[in-house]
Amino acid sequence: MSILIDKNTKVIVQGFTGKEGSFHAEQCLAYGTKIVGGVTPGKGGTEHLGQPVFDTVREAVVATGATVSMVFVPPAFVGDAVLEAADAGIELAVIITEGSPVRDMQRAKAYAVKKGMKTIGPNCPGIITAEECKIGIMPGSIFKKGNIGLISKSGTLTYEGANQVCNEGFGITTAVGIGGDPIIGLSYIQLLGMFEADPETEAIVMIGEIGGDLEIQAAKYIKEHIKKPVVAFIAGQSAPKGKRMGHAGAIVSGSAGTAAEKMEALSNAGVHVVKSPAEIGTKIAEVLKK
Amino acid sequence: MNIHEYQAKEIFKKYNVPTPNGYVAFTVEEAVENAKKLGGSIWVVKAQIHAGGRGLGGGVKLARSLDEVKTLANEILGMTLVTHQTGPAGKLVQKVYIEEGADIADELYLGIVLDRAREMPVIMASREGGMEIEKVAAEAPEKIIKVAVDPFIGFQAFHGRELAYGLGLAKEEISSFIKFAAALYKVYMENDAEMIEINPLVKTKSGAFIALDGKMGFDDNALFRHPDIEAMRDESEENPIEREASGFGLSYVKLDGNVGCMVNGAGLAMGTMDTINHVGGTPANFLDVGGGANAQTVAKGFEIILKDPNVKSIFVNIFGGIVRCDRIANGILEATKLVDVHVPVIVRLDGTNAKEAAEILKNANIKNIITASDLNDGAIKAVAAAKGN
Repeated sequence: MSILIDKNTKVIVQGFTGKEGSFHAEQCLAYGTKIVGGVTPGKGGTEHLGQPVFDTVREAVVATGATVSMVFVPPAFVGDAVLEAADAGIELAVIITEGSPVRDMQRAKAYAVKKGMKTIGPNCPGIITAEECKIGIMPGSIFKKGNIGLISKSGTLTYEGANQVCNEGFGITTAVGIGGDPIIGLSYIQLLGMFEADPETEAIVMIGEIGGDLEIQAAKYIKEHIKKPVVAFIAGQSAPKGKRMGHAGAIVSGSAGTAAEKMEALSNAGVHVVKSPAEIGTKIAEVLKK
Repeated sequence: MNIHEYQAKEIFKKYNVPTPNGYVAFTVEEAVENAKKLGGSIWVVKAQIHAGGRGLGGGVKLARSLDEVKTLANEILGMTLVTHQTGPAGKLVQKVYIEEGADIADELYLGIVLDRAREMPVIMASREGGMEIEKVAAEAPEKIIKVAVDPFIGFQAFHGRELAYGLGLAKEEISSFIKFAAALYKVYMENDAEMIEINPLVKTKSGAFIALDGKMGFDDNALFRHPDIEAMRDESEENPIEREASGFGLSYVKLDGNVGCMVNGAGLAMGTMDTINHVGGTPANFLDVGGGANAQTVAKGFEIILKDPNVKSIFVNIFGGIVRCDRIANGILEATKLVDVHVPVIVRLDGTNAKEAAEILKNANIKNIITASDLNDGAIKAVAAAKGN
């Protein structure tokens, strides 16, 4: 078992023939991901990486039966691409693109919710079910199969966390990079719930960052709903206070979004909070050997 | 990206958001000319910097004669203004805004930001205008009225009524307030603003609403479709080293410690700083070299880190994903030829091809380069090196 994706998941790539899309789609295919086609408007009817190319997502879905889309469309057009995926009945869009306008993503996310399409990202490394299916840009080799679920805002900390867990002799069920943009798709709460329900996942690693209050909400949720052990790290304890001109964003959420505040909330919820990312692996070992 | 008050007011005017008349001035002579152009007998001389709290810091003053305009402009232009948002170093004032006086009956607050939790813009209003809104939020949050607007329906009259009745406005004021808020919402949405703040929003004795101040920040990712706003960028407001770094795709923030850091990915960069702190050291900077680290970006990174004389060692922490570690190791070797790196460099390379990378560094046998096996080991070695051990 795993969450969201496995070896049978059929994936299409939006922005399939572009430089980034091509490179990473090839890596995913090599990992074993069932990429069954791609979409690049104007290139429909051709073939790329041995897979059919379509002009629209709708055509691709009808022809291939894909349920997941990996999105590499450039920032100016990514909002439209996600709307198209939602409209065509895609169930999960994994949005890798970095630099998408907030307004566009806000609209796309709202429409995705309305259509019942889940989204991951944008500006994220993607999702991987170890040794089965990789949809994203992470180095597949570090994710050994095992029993730890991983959720992270940061890309490289996803790798760091997974690597430590595997070096300690454990492995990963599914790892999800949720992205750090103001508007993101699946977040800690939904994913924690999925890992709690997944019989193979025994413990969860949660990696957060300063800013916003998603980790605070997650702490409340963990306290009430999560029985599996959770190890957490919050990056940015030593970051200087925001140099931004306005602080209005913090007023809305009613929290300053500091690392200290988040760590305290998580600790109070019974989460094993580590002060350095270098302790993620050893903490997992300690928690699971108890 | 942030802009100045006078620029925000230019945008407001295009959308019929009422503001007092005014002109920006770069010299004292210009300031006096502007006052003459405006006419009247009372003017406000306002320092233009990217920070709030200018009034309390002495950057906003009232003039009752042209002579006073001259004296005040002379005083404010060239001053280093320190406010609660500039930090202790303050900011140099290079331009002033000369504005006509307003007959103030009441001061309110009005702002629009993105509510990340609800994933929609939220309009905030308060009767406590002219005060630091952060303070109001902390001490009396009930005094801030918040109304979220679903962009699928846009700003509607009922949103305006919720704000107006929440503020306790008089019957005859409500329709002009709603018109004001609707126009401001349009400014926010059509320009991809990240935040707008009007503090104070003034109610005049004749019952009109006027934006006495205006602060705007924009979504950097959307600037490509707003060349007119991009043109308002004031580079003198940005840190020159941070700006230089961003020109090379590097994200750099200077800190006060002595262990320089070069890391790929913002999260790991922060995590590296945290680890340095955790093992008893202090980071000198945040530096994210991004996903495509190569010899040129690494060399530039060394150059920027070494501009800080406090730096006593550098910790290079790269988790090679798609970028292979052996290529980064070669990049580091090349970079040390391009830049004179005179402090110990602790290198931790992990991920794809990490073993090959370690061999390359070992065989190069450069005395300044120390390899580390993992994040913790690297942090300990870097902190020890900074202490001269």
